[in-house]
Amino acid sequence: MAPVATAVEEERKIDETALITGSEAIAVACKLADVDVITAYPIRPYDTVMQYVAKLVANGEMDCEYIVAEGEHSQFEIVKHASACGARVFCGSSGVGWMYAMEALTVTPALRIPMVVMVGNRALDDPGAFGVEHNDALAVRDLGWQLVWVDNAQEALDTALIAYRVAEDRRIFLPCAISCDGAFLTHSQALVKIPSQEKVNEFLPRYNRADLLLHPDNPITVAPQANEDWVMEIRRQNYAAMERTFGVIKEAYADFERILGRSYGNPFFEEYQTDDADVVLMGMGTLSTPVKVAIRQMRKQGKKVGFVRMRWFRPFAAEDLAKSLGRFSAVGVIDRDYSFGSPYLGGVLAGEVRHALYPSPGKRPPVLGFICGLGGREVTVPDVERMTDSVYKAAEGKVQPLTQWIGLRE
Amino acid sequence: MGRLFAIEIIYRGIFQKTLGKHISRSIVLAAHKEDKLGISFGRYGDSPERNGIPAKNFAIVATDEQTLEEGMAKYEPKEVDITIAVDDTLCKGVESWAWYGLQPVNRLLKSGGTLIVTSREQPEALIEMAHRKEYPYKLAIVKGTPSFSGLWVYKDDHTDVRILGAIARILPELFSLESVQKAIMDEWHDELKATSAGKSYERTTSLTVQPNQGNPEEPYRFDFPKWHEMGEGIAIPSIPAGHGFEDPTTHAVGGFRPDRNPTFKKFSTRTMRPVVNFDTCIKCTLCWLQCPDSCFDVTPDGLYDANMQACCGCGVCEAVCPVKDCVTMVNETEFRDNASQWEMWRKDKEGYKTWLEEKIKSHPERSHGFRYRGQYEEQVPEMLEIAREG
Repeated sequence: MAPVATAVEEERKIDETALITGSEAIAVACKLADVDVITAYPIRPYDTVMQYVAKLVANGEMDCEYIVAEGEHSQFEIVKHASACGARVFCGSSGVGWMYAMEALTVTPALRIPMVVMVGNRALDDPGAFGVEHNDALAVRDLGWQLVWVDNAQEALDTALIAYRVAEDRRIFLPCAISCDGAFLTHSQALVKIPSQEKVNEFLPRYNRADLLLHPDNPITVAPQANEDWVMEIRRQNYAAMERTFGVIKEAYADFERILGRSYGNPFFEEYQTDDADVVLMGMGTLSTPVKVAIRQMRKQGKKVGFVRMRWFRPFAAEDLAKSLGRFSAVGVIDRDYSFGSPYLGGVLAGEVRHALYPSPGKRPPVLGFICGLGGREVTVPDVERMTDSVYKAAEGKVQPLTQWIGLRE
Repeated sequence: MGRLFAIEIIYRGIFQKTLGKHISRSIVLAAHKEDKLGISFGRYGDSPERNGIPAKNFAIVATDEQTLEEGMAKYEPKEVDITIAVDDTLCKGVESWAWYGLQPVNRLLKSGGTLIVTSREQPEALIEMAHRKEYPYKLAIVKGTPSFSGLWVYKDDHTDVRILGAIARILPELFSLESVQKAIMDEWHDELKATSAGKSYERTTSLTVQPNQGNPEEPYRFDFPKWHEMGEGIAIPSIPAGHGFEDPTTHAVGGFRPDRNPTFKKFSTRTMRPVVNFDTCIKCTLCWLQCPDSCFDVTPDGLYDANMQACCGCGVCEAVCPVKDCVTMVNETEFRDNASQWEMWRKDKEGYKTWLEEKIKSHPERSHGFRYRGQYEEQVPEMLEIAREG
């Protein structure tokens, strides 16, 4: 009998392949992470996750408390409290649903709750629209949330596991939101390697709330009212925790590679064909696909274009990025978001990139901003070619608007 | 640099919030009659919407704009010309919601500055309650029962204008009585109030308090931890449940005393305290059950002893006690310590009986603000009588 058992054991260590959406990949990660408490409230495109979790629970494949709340605010409050009591939790939303939870979202990092959530990126109302924009997740960028963007279902699954590992690290205890572009990632199925439970168990230790556990055996008061004598020190603690995420994220990706066998290179941003690039484009999420295709076509015409895809927006690896961008003669940042009235009227990422470059001791290439693909509009290959032309002009020193709308009917 | 004046008004949250605001506003308006400039503000962190919690207002006045700006560069003045306490029990100290520790009432007074108190007590009693200061200061009493009202109702018993009249007498460089009366007429269009200010001006006298006079106790202090010394996640250790304690006569251990907040003693947050007749107590538990601050220790012999670390003086225990005169609320000015009444009773029952009768003899009116319609109509005439006749 012994050899048979060994064979089964070996088999269980082999990754399976499944054809699933980005949302389903996140749900599978929840199952593999053996999440204890999940709350849900339907809103497209996030609801694809809750549907799949419900299916896993109903099929007996997953054991968790699955609570459908009466709105997003309660949805996020419930998991916040469960996490304080030591439960591993998952939650998520989209667009205005995420905004409805805003009060709960602000208290979550302040209380050092390692909640992992999926934001199915969706345009904010009005108009009521389902398509992707990044303004929903970006609305919490200053509050202590870790924010990460993924561009395919495999990365969604892997990043969810990494997110638990980082968020629940006692040095961090900060929530993490994984952004998945509505439709392009949440609603399209791809072949995904599902790691074995054994590997995941080795990679991801149990959540230990330790000294902050809200339990009768560890009597503490959480979130008392505090006045001006305390608030600044409390904020400084969160600053320190966010500062530590750089190191802990690197550790987690290194262990992920060692145990699960997939490498993501630099965890914070992906570089595509940058080694010999004259100019680069930048962006977050699924627009990477048309950009990469366009780059391959343009390279056939002799244009040495590269692409830098930001994964982690918070923490923002400013020094690394500035060092990398210093190699190019111009940078074009594609924002699938807006920040009306911001400096040079640009998008959020463009502003962050310029900010990252300013104190850099190295070369500071000109940065052009592009607003593109709002509300789920496709970012097309010709769009990318147009943007690249502008970036080349910037590299040559030609004066042009610092923020340009691309793919707009005009 | 011109001259800068700073005045603080210490008052009881909710009950005297409107009164405190009237005084500090009127100081600025009266000084402005003499072309001085000023600002009036409340200490925001005090949270004056809490029942009876000591809170502060400040009036900063200057002879010119630049000097005023110098005064405004720090939110709270480091020293003041005049401290006004509109409730005499505040002389025991100020434990505001924001401050973590006991601040002597005269802490901010400059050398030679004046503490103005509304009281019917003699100066000796108030001096004894206030902490000692390293240099001399003056004490002036505006005679009257401390004026308490509610958040939305105001008892117009002229306390505000009588304080203004007293300031004009004590610090004529700030403003004259004439300016005060002009400001009163602008604000309230009430001759009687202007007259009250004038009477107060005429009557106000002060005496000097020397460094060797007053409460010699070192006030409780609290040091703030650095950010990296604080626990994370806005979580603080809970206060442990509590334990039994010893009977001073039989040495039997029993009962239950809940552990209490080590940094907020509430010694000065109350204006009254319950005095308990342990001989008539029927151990019905109602005071213990209903106390919103869990202030009652259960004694080894099953009685209920109001612990002065936790009592806010709300009077619920008196209201629910079914036995006549078993729990009686007595004004804080009657007490000089926070010792256990039960221990006193255990050690000397006859002595305690005498003490108790003495304390509850003049059963004073409950001072906690507005309780029934028509209350102020009943109370104001007496105060106006004091204002007129002294």
